[in-house]
Amino acid sequence: MEVVALNQISPDQVVIWSWEFITLNVTILYTWLVMAILVTGSWLVTRRISSEIHVSRWQHFLEVVISVIRGEIREMTKKGADDYVPLVGTLFLFICVSNVLVIVPGFVAPTSSMTTTAALAACVFIAVPYYGISRNGIFHYVKEYFQPTFIFFPFHVMGELSRTLALTVRLFGNIMSHEKVIGILLAVTPFLFPVVMQILGLLIGVIQAYIFAILSMVYIASALSAEEEERADVKKEGSPA
Amino acid sequence: MDSVSIVAMASIIGAGLAMGIGSIGPGLGMGQAIAQALAAIAQQPDERNSLTRTLFVGLAMIESIAIYCFVISMILIFANPFWSHVIK
Repeated sequence: MEVVALNQISPDQVVIWSWEFITLNVTILYTWLVMAILVTGSWLVTRRISSEIHVSRWQHFLEVVISVIRGEIREMTKKGADDYVPLVGTLFLFICVSNVLVIVPGFVAPTSSMTTTAALAACVFIAVPYYGISRNGIFHYVKEYFQPTFIFFPFHVMGELSRTLALTVRLFGNIMSHEKVIGILLAVTPFLFPVVMQILGLLIGVIQAYIFAILSMVYIASALSAEEEERADVKKEGSPA
Repeated sequence: MDSVSIVAMASIIGAGLAMGIGSIGPGLGMGQAIAQALAAIAQQPDERNSLTRTLFVGLAMIESIAIYCFVISMILIFANPFWSHVIK
């Protein structure tokens, strides 16, 4: 069952339904599907949430997922993780679910379209100054762009833009390339070898979701950390020791 | 040779060259990074978690170069912007 043909580079080109200027393509449809799975799944589990000793197995599952995500984030920021779990955890879960569901026949990963990954990277692009300003104030955040001298301002801006582009293209390229590789292998060596590649694809999908979340956390942490070091320096100079 | 076949030939050869030359550097770099990380993990198994995380982030950075080459070769083959100039 092939939804996206081999010579179509993006599932955006497969339009299912259109009315006037509104078009519904495969990417939007499967994004909605992944969103629905995540929302209804967590709603069903957290509907009967309990703090007893005996909890349901699905609550156990969600608790394990959340605690792993919080542990990873806490290791990176070295302090509280609760501010960042909503954004980074959602990014991870969305990308992970949409990458893993690829094994379902007929499913097209929304992350194999550049529009989806660009939207996710734009979330990170906006979140970095949001967390930076809300933690350190707008003056200190903007001052970071002029470190060490004002000449470096365009390079800082270029760095922000290019890492957003890198986030976009990395996820898109990995997932899209894997679909194309499986499509080509199906034509060359059918039946057994594509299955092995599908299993490899599951691994790659989870790793890419992990990398996307970790990298966005690194970028957010980089906007936070500079001020902390400065404070530490001031404290060191001020202390009599 | 008309312009259509010149564009087609240049696109296909360019895609192959982009993929072939472009994956040499990331391949060498990833090999070095993994070798160093393995040596570090073998010396300090306690630091395995942070080493692995840093390794994955670094590998993603290196790999993105090869991914750029791949995306460009896919664009050249499947979504070539120069076709519209040639085919009227």
